[in-house]
Amino acid sequence: MASVSTPLTFDVKSIRKDFPILNRKVNEKPLVYFDNAATSQTPQQVIAVIVDYYSNYNANIHRGVHALSQEATDAYEQARIKLQKHFNIPNAYQTLFTSGTTHGINIVASGYAEILKQGDEVIVSALEHHSNIVPWQMLCEKTGAVLKVIPMTDSGELDMSAFEELLSNKTKLVFVNHVSNALGTVNPIEFIIEKTHAVGGAVLVDGAQAAPHIKADVQALDVDFYVVSGHKMCGPTGVGMLYGKEKWLDQLPPYQGGGEMIDQVTFEKTTYAGLPHKFEAGTPNICGGIAFGAALDYMNAIGFNTIAAYEHELLEYATEKLKAIDGLRIYGESKEKTAVISFNIEGIHPYDIGTILDKLGVAVRTGHHCAQPIMDFYKIPGTVRASFAFYNTKEEIDVLVAAVERAKNMLS
Amino acid sequence: MIMSSIQEIQQEIVEEFEMFDDWMQRYEYMIELGKSLPLIEEKYKTDEYIIKGCQSKVWVHADLNEDKIEFTADSDAIITKGIIAILIRSFSGQPPQEILDADTSFIDKIGLKEHLSPTRANGLVSMIKQIKLYAIAYQAKAGN
Repeated sequence: MASVSTPLTFDVKSIRKDFPILNRKVNEKPLVYFDNAATSQTPQQVIAVIVDYYSNYNANIHRGVHALSQEATDAYEQARIKLQKHFNIPNAYQTLFTSGTTHGINIVASGYAEILKQGDEVIVSALEHHSNIVPWQMLCEKTGAVLKVIPMTDSGELDMSAFEELLSNKTKLVFVNHVSNALGTVNPIEFIIEKTHAVGGAVLVDGAQAAPHIKADVQALDVDFYVVSGHKMCGPTGVGMLYGKEKWLDQLPPYQGGGEMIDQVTFEKTTYAGLPHKFEAGTPNICGGIAFGAALDYMNAIGFNTIAAYEHELLEYATEKLKAIDGLRIYGESKEKTAVISFNIEGIHPYDIGTILDKLGVAVRTGHHCAQPIMDFYKIPGTVRASFAFYNTKEEIDVLVAAVERAKNMLS
Repeated sequence: MIMSSIQEIQQEIVEEFEMFDDWMQRYEYMIELGKSLPLIEEKYKTDEYIIKGCQSKVWVHADLNEDKIEFTADSDAIITKGIIAILIRSFSGQPPQEILDADTSFIDKIGLKEHLSPTRANGLVSMIKQIKLYAIAYQAKAGN
């Protein structure tokens, strides 16, 4: 058996050649792209698939009898199977294409509006992105269900004993991200799923931040819903995936009305199509779906173990270097973390640091990262977030560290 | 002393920024200018005076003083403070109509064009809008 690839055999220089954008300059400086948690860059192998689609077989799917439509349909359905296999989903029809994670969450939330009753309870974690908070707040307003929150600790982890106390036979749904976008914390979703199932509830896991680093097996996790975005995994924007257990997908009503999602339509009654089409009304992002499949092929060819090991090395290197800067505090110090570092420098606004870093060609994210409750917990306006991908290098981290030092000198 | 027109002040700012060769010096100067910002009174540092659309907090207040508007402001971010200081230097002490008629292309000339993009988190566009809204309000008041 071949041994698992280690960072030693990982040739980042040749990987970087796959990403044309990494050659560009920003403000006359070579681009250092550390905003991967917001969106990842696209390798030429995926760009080629997009060009090929529009150059050779652009057509609407699932309805034409002509050759182009057939080719496009085949490619789109093959991409679905790639997603299915990657996440170890039992059936292709449980692998729903969405426009992204937010869309996937909203399909489930709006469906649950028909299922939840007054007094039912739903639990969200304190580490969520707004997209995994707001739909559930809206759901609770509509249904009279009660929203409860799993508190976080100072290290940026979820308090699991508090979570167990929140659980009861009223708990219908728990939603939690696999990895926090603001802090990089890997949450103990196995534990959460097991405990929630024990009281008869279902769990939706937002995998948007985990999927670029961790290959999730939805059957091993026994998770009820898992949602991801293509653009964080070297794919294009505007496409994502929702996995759901068949029993739930059958129960949930369709999200949107339109073409594709119907079986029979008369003005008296419409019957809905089966899965997955029930949730895929209208013309989908065909090219995006096909390119998402190509992005998975690309990442799997490198290997998720290799990616995770190399990124961990980057994380450790950057953590050590950044910590050496006087007055710098890192938020989120869980032992289980993806390659994300959220930090501030004492007395300096994160926005000021981000502005100077941009001038020096370093792209980071500043602000509350759509996770305001976390910022409120730490009583800060936001953080500077550097998030790494497998195509980043230690040399780039050195550039970041020097840029942070320079910004600090200018701003203090 | 004859008050300079908005255009004259803006020209003066442009000339000051032209003395610098690179962005770093320009930013350092802007941070310096931020320190001379006429600070808003603490009692006005409330949500009512906050400018929406900024990643950092920016408060702006305006008073009418002998037909001229005097602005005070503050921000929790130092670069933002510099930007608002430049705007206030150009608009403070001017009659409402002059403020309404003034263009803001000098921002581009001092190498801060990137801050004019509507997606930019510091909300320079929102700051200009707020300053002009104060001018409209005081002009309407004067007309009554």
